[in-house]
Amino acid sequence: MTRILNGVRFPQTGIDKLSPESFRQRIVQTCRKGGRIVSLFVTATEEGPLEIAVLSTTGGELEALSTILSKSNPSLTSECPQAHLFEREIAEESGLEFLEHPGLKPVRFLKEPIGQTRYYTVEGEGIHEVAVGPVHAGIIEPGHFRFQCEGEQVLHLEISLGYQHRGVEPALVGGPNPRTLHLMETLAGDTTIGHAWAYCLAVEALSGGSVPARAQTLRGVALELERLANHTGDLGALAGDVGFLPTMSYCGRIRGDYLNMTALLCGNRFGRGMLCPGGVGFDMDASRVEELRRRLTQAAADTASAVNLLWGSNSVMSRFEQTGIVSTQTAMDLGLVGVAARACGLERDIRFEFPWGPYRFAQIPVMTMETGDVFARAQVRWLEIQQSIDFIQAELTALPGGEIRSPQRPIQPNAAVVTMVEGWRGEIAHVAMTDGSGRFARYKIVDPSFHNWTGLSMAMRNQPISDFPLCNKSFNLSYCGHDL
Amino acid sequence: MIAILSSILSVVLALVLAPLLLGVVNRTKAIYAGRKGQPLLQLYYDLYRLLRKGAVYSRTTSWIFRAGPIVGLAATALAIPLIPFGGGRGLFSFAGDFFFAVYLLGVVRFLWVIAALDTGSSFEGMGGSREVAFSALAEPALLLALTAVAWMTRSLSLSDMVGRLSWTLGPGVAPIAMVGCTLFVVFLAENARIPVDDPNTHLELTMIHEVMVLDHSGPDFAMIQYTAALKFWLLGAILIGVLLPFETLPTTVRWPVALGGMFTLAILVGIVESTMARLRLLKVPQLLGGACALAIFALILVVR
Repeated sequence: MTRILNGVRFPQTGIDKLSPESFRQRIVQTCRKGGRIVSLFVTATEEGPLEIAVLSTTGGELEALSTILSKSNPSLTSECPQAHLFEREIAEESGLEFLEHPGLKPVRFLKEPIGQTRYYTVEGEGIHEVAVGPVHAGIIEPGHFRFQCEGEQVLHLEISLGYQHRGVEPALVGGPNPRTLHLMETLAGDTTIGHAWAYCLAVEALSGGSVPARAQTLRGVALELERLANHTGDLGALAGDVGFLPTMSYCGRIRGDYLNMTALLCGNRFGRGMLCPGGVGFDMDASRVEELRRRLTQAAADTASAVNLLWGSNSVMSRFEQTGIVSTQTAMDLGLVGVAARACGLERDIRFEFPWGPYRFAQIPVMTMETGDVFARAQVRWLEIQQSIDFIQAELTALPGGEIRSPQRPIQPNAAVVTMVEGWRGEIAHVAMTDGSGRFARYKIVDPSFHNWTGLSMAMRNQPISDFPLCNKSFNLSYCGHDL
Repeated sequence: MIAILSSILSVVLALVLAPLLLGVVNRTKAIYAGRKGQPLLQLYYDLYRLLRKGAVYSRTTSWIFRAGPIVGLAATALAIPLIPFGGGRGLFSFAGDFFFAVYLLGVVRFLWVIAALDTGSSFEGMGGSREVAFSALAEPALLLALTAVAWMTRSLSLSDMVGRLSWTLGPGVAPIAMVGCTLFVVFLAENARIPVDDPNTHLELTMIHEVMVLDHSGPDFAMIQYTAALKFWLLGAILIGVLLPFETLPTTVRWPVALGGMFTLAILVGIVESTMARLRLLKVPQLLGGACALAIFALILVVR
């Protein structure tokens, strides 16, 4: 198998081409041993549709393998559940068939009218169906949820998305161009830094450019600030969903403080324009570094007092604990990533598994919990908040001098790269492949939400339906990151 | 003559001041959260705004849907004159009127639930089922508590029951305190407050009261909001009437004490909502069952 590294270019011809059977066996075996499918997609070649898999093995290595698909193929999903959404995506995009796939429904409704599919239904005495969305009561993104309930108990939840599909991946073909970075920053609006960094890593690897040390550190600060803002906002929203006002109100404000710190970095609260291939868009002088450290110290104290109210309230704990449990086995089968996986005891964190940039030199411990419930997902966020604050403070103390940007070099033709970044939600994976003239021939994006939506469905099994908003918030997945 | 005037005044006060109490609850919550909060009179503005609007009716609904808000308001308004306030008597009273008052509230609930079912929406059906399930426990708790009060005052009329208990140190305090706890839990449950329901949530799947009235709009919704405010006043007046010894107070301070009691109650509700999370829906019956048990113990204490 071709062993690859995070953010290191390799020739496209270097990807092993296997027979369909050994391709399948390799993936199934890797996943059975606890490995994961990072990305699985099809790209058109002269020989036919080429299916490429990027696997993360239990040995902590990345592998790329490929096979040529025919019109109808045996599905991986029957033996490897984490392939299910990838295969649905491939079937929808390329029109290929996967035999014995248990539910080959559209993912983003590219051809069918949106939301119209045969939903899984349960029948019997006392069974009723509840449909929620795509228009919701709050200001959130559109998505459709179908519950099969017996009284208050949810037997099954089916999630049907695609309302935010914009066709980002096809739009990236032929790039990079000045629009590309903007598309990356808006893939999922709350993960601007995460996706922009994955893209910058890809361009830098493909062109062989370097990034100055100062820019690396500033990128790390921006990514951790993004994590702080979102984790804090999530903890506040979790409190709001159980009607616990103090933490909700305080965290809402403190999230704004973290966003304003990002604005101090680059003038934009969501980090737009902070990253660019080769470095960062904005430098920090000593006085702003001092100001950032001062604000961070204050926000750290505020966050601690607001969040500790949660753990100290019995009424909150009784709502969080034992709610929306995902077992470790389910998390492994589904290939969950990020906070959701760490809350099930899986040590999955790209900053630790495949460190890049500043994380090669400054390690952040992986925070895990064992219980897999809403409490675990909340607690992991709180633990990560503390780690991120320590990381930023340490990085700012030793901010390297020098340039913030290196000159760009041309992109290599017929090359490929896999870049992975641990965004606040989890693993962001980009795969870029160039054509003969150094343009993107295929650019595959996997947002952490793509892996984790099914986890939410499983968390709702046999839960009271009134706990759905709480479970949903504890995952807080992106609709547009999934829909692309 | 003065007694009748005071009874009329208590009805007028209820009709006028009820929405203000909800403003006090919201202001308390805002202060706890470090916000300025909405105006104290916000509910009055809302009612005025809603009354000027037209109503939208789904084609799947029948006259039941339209009758819900009207009958609900009428039944609640009918119960208001039965409730004594500030140590006086209700405008009307008769033996057994506390049953009448409780079942007028039952009529409101029945109409609201069938109006919700009339829409055919799965959300509203869920809300209706929750409302009925919880009130099946809240109603006995309220009746048991009032029965204990009736036994203590040897009367079956609210006018002779409410505001007639006196705090004398000794064994008489325990049943009053227990009845007070029961009534407070029933008060929170019936008014859709935390820890039973969350009046602020936008999450349809977790709602009880709010989800039943999702389809009402314009004047219909105004009637429902106003009915909810009146219900808050009505149950609040019973609660403070049971807890405060109006008979032992000088006549001049009875009204200020009663009004102060109502606003203190509103602030207390705000504090409860600011400091605790909502209960898991499946745990609510345990809370209401506990309230029932307390009322039964109070009844045993006074009967023995």
